[in-house]
Amino acid sequence: MNSTILITIISLSLLALFSAIILYFIAQKFKIIEDPRIDEVQALLPAANCGGCGFAGCRNLAEALVKANTLEGLNCPVGGADVMSQVAKLLGKEAPIVEPMVAVLLCNGSIENRPLTSKYDGAPDCRISNSLYIGETDCSYGCLGNGDCVRACKFDAIYMNPETSLPVIIDDKCVSCGACVKACPKNIIELRKKAKKDYKIYVACSNCDKGGIARKACKVACTACTKCVKVCEYNAITIENNLAYIDASKCTFCRKCVTECPTGSILELNFPARKTISETRTESVTA
Amino acid sequence: MKTFPLGGVHPPENKLTANKSIRVLPLPSSVVIPVSQHLGVASTVVVNKGDTVKAGQVIAESKGYVSTNIHSSVSGKVNKIDTIIDNSGYRHTAVFIDTEGDIWMDSIDRSEKIIREISCSPEEIVKKCLESGVVGLGGATFPSHIKMTVPAGKKCDVLIINGVECEPYLTSDHRLMLEKGEEILIGASVLMKALKTGKAVIGIEDNKHDAIEHLTDLASGFKGISVQALKVKYPQGAEKQLIKALTGREVPSGKLPIDVNAVVHNVGTAFAVYEAVQKNKPLFERVVTVTGKSLSDPGNFLVRIGTPISSLIEAAGGLPDDTGKIVSGGPMMGKALINTAIPVVKGMSGIILFPIDESDRSEFKSCIRCAKCVSVCALGLEPYLLVTLSEKGLFERAEKEGIANCMECGSCAYICPGNRPLLDYIRLGKSEVLKMARERAEKQKDTFTK
Repeated sequence: MNSTILITIISLSLLALFSAIILYFIAQKFKIIEDPRIDEVQALLPAANCGGCGFAGCRNLAEALVKANTLEGLNCPVGGADVMSQVAKLLGKEAPIVEPMVAVLLCNGSIENRPLTSKYDGAPDCRISNSLYIGETDCSYGCLGNGDCVRACKFDAIYMNPETSLPVIIDDKCVSCGACVKACPKNIIELRKKAKKDYKIYVACSNCDKGGIARKACKVACTACTKCVKVCEYNAITIENNLAYIDASKCTFCRKCVTECPTGSILELNFPARKTISETRTESVTA
Repeated sequence: MKTFPLGGVHPPENKLTANKSIRVLPLPSSVVIPVSQHLGVASTVVVNKGDTVKAGQVIAESKGYVSTNIHSSVSGKVNKIDTIIDNSGYRHTAVFIDTEGDIWMDSIDRSEKIIREISCSPEEIVKKCLESGVVGLGGATFPSHIKMTVPAGKKCDVLIINGVECEPYLTSDHRLMLEKGEEILIGASVLMKALKTGKAVIGIEDNKHDAIEHLTDLASGFKGISVQALKVKYPQGAEKQLIKALTGREVPSGKLPIDVNAVVHNVGTAFAVYEAVQKNKPLFERVVTVTGKSLSDPGNFLVRIGTPISSLIEAAGGLPDDTGKIVSGGPMMGKALINTAIPVVKGMSGIILFPIDESDRSEFKSCIRCAKCVSVCALGLEPYLLVTLSEKGLFERAEKEGIANCMECGSCAYICPGNRPLLDYIRLGKSEVLKMARERAEKQKDTFTK
């Protein structure tokens, strides 16, 4: 073999070996010793990096979980109780008590219920239209319909219904990460406790104007007439600033408030159709 | 001819009402006077339902440093204190008064006589302007009495009177200069006395030759006041641009005109100062331009504060059938109104009725990086960049790029060939950045007090 080639091969190999040795020692000197459990916990997390846990990404949460004395207060809403119990088992700590939640829009001001009184043709962004005026209706509090929440959702759980101009939240996909809650400039999206069979009962209104003004702006506004408060046997409903609010943890889904509400402001979702009185009478007669 | 060096645009002037002399609008049957008509803290209502009031009577008092008084514009009975959606686009408290007769407060000099002798001291001038609710009538509505005292350690060597009226369509300042020129110059002299300066310059854009000639003529009878014509370019009427064009001085970023020894007041404000100090008349009426290509009788009207704009539209010939948008202020910086019950407030320099084919914004397209927005920005900012930063929520970077300097003149949005709503996004970024800066200042205060 040509001696030039031989010298080239040997010198390059020695250079490579020399660099490798230097790199090895530098790697050893600057090695970061990390708890190996952080990698293991991170592998259990869903890797959505949505920030719903309140930390900067899944790795950040994994670090916090490993370092924490107790897992109470720490939760991955996307993974839910399943993932949290797996993590707890891995770390030998007690699993935190986690209540599954779901995002709910506290407004039912569709185009049919809440007539448009002006047209907005500025930038299609709720934060911007909110900074300019009360919106295309006479309700200063309701949904603006420009879809900041739709854009904020990383789980495809919200879409805009073109007929109502209101966002629709898909229960199955919502992981209660809270991104839409933060994105809404009107602060009318709320995380509510998830109930059995996805039952939902809530006051679909955020209007704090006096009853007369609210009702003129929207057919299904809450006028704070207090009928719901009086009929609720579980003290689940409170009225503040001309607006009724149902506490999801006290509600037993008896639906009495829904029937009582004169404007239809309280919504019941995912319930089976109610039996009418004539149906029940027929049943008892034939039985 | 003098002008500002950087940026600027030339929207069509459309000064349809430049030759229409001021008409007094008939007294409205009722007025609705909002309590937030000025920058700063809203005033506190001091009257009750059923009270009888006279025109010029205080109905809401100044609350805090940046605040001023609000007066009834008619005589009559207070119907109620309730809320109304006003020209800000939001619901605010307002005093509803039913008009009865036209009795003014006894202290007001209601005669036509022009009072030339200035007998008040500088402190009395400032006090009278606060009591009379004088605010910046160029549109910013900053309580003027605050800009009439020179802070300790600073000096004012020139008072600038802003007669530029660079917004298209608006002509109320133009007519005021032609018809109340002497009163404006007396008002300027009053301001000079309060600011303890011997020099005043009135800047007027070159599309108002008659006003330039008239005021130059009158100014020869006043010591220290001169008139300067300025090249027609928007936004020449902006404070910093005006100071640069007239004096060559540049107000540094984050600083005020007084930091370069200048103070700027609008001609309408100078007139209001004359009325407040020389005639004891509080600010309760103003000249409003009512204009639009489809109006049958557009004009400039002297209107009582609180008059619904429906009355102005009636006086201008009635609402045209093809009306698509009603804007309060000018087409560049004004704001669209959502109904015609909205009352006239101190800052309403004009209302423009746009036909439907000029109302809707076209659909906007992507940014093509043409940099036209950069070339027209009078403050040397990069609008396309500020928009992207605001949209993506990168507010710290936006702050570094100087978004807080933006005066929201709208030149960038006007020139964008893609029709992009640049100003909307920049305003969003600006409000977030200012909020961040406020929170930072609060935190710093806490660390020092701890």
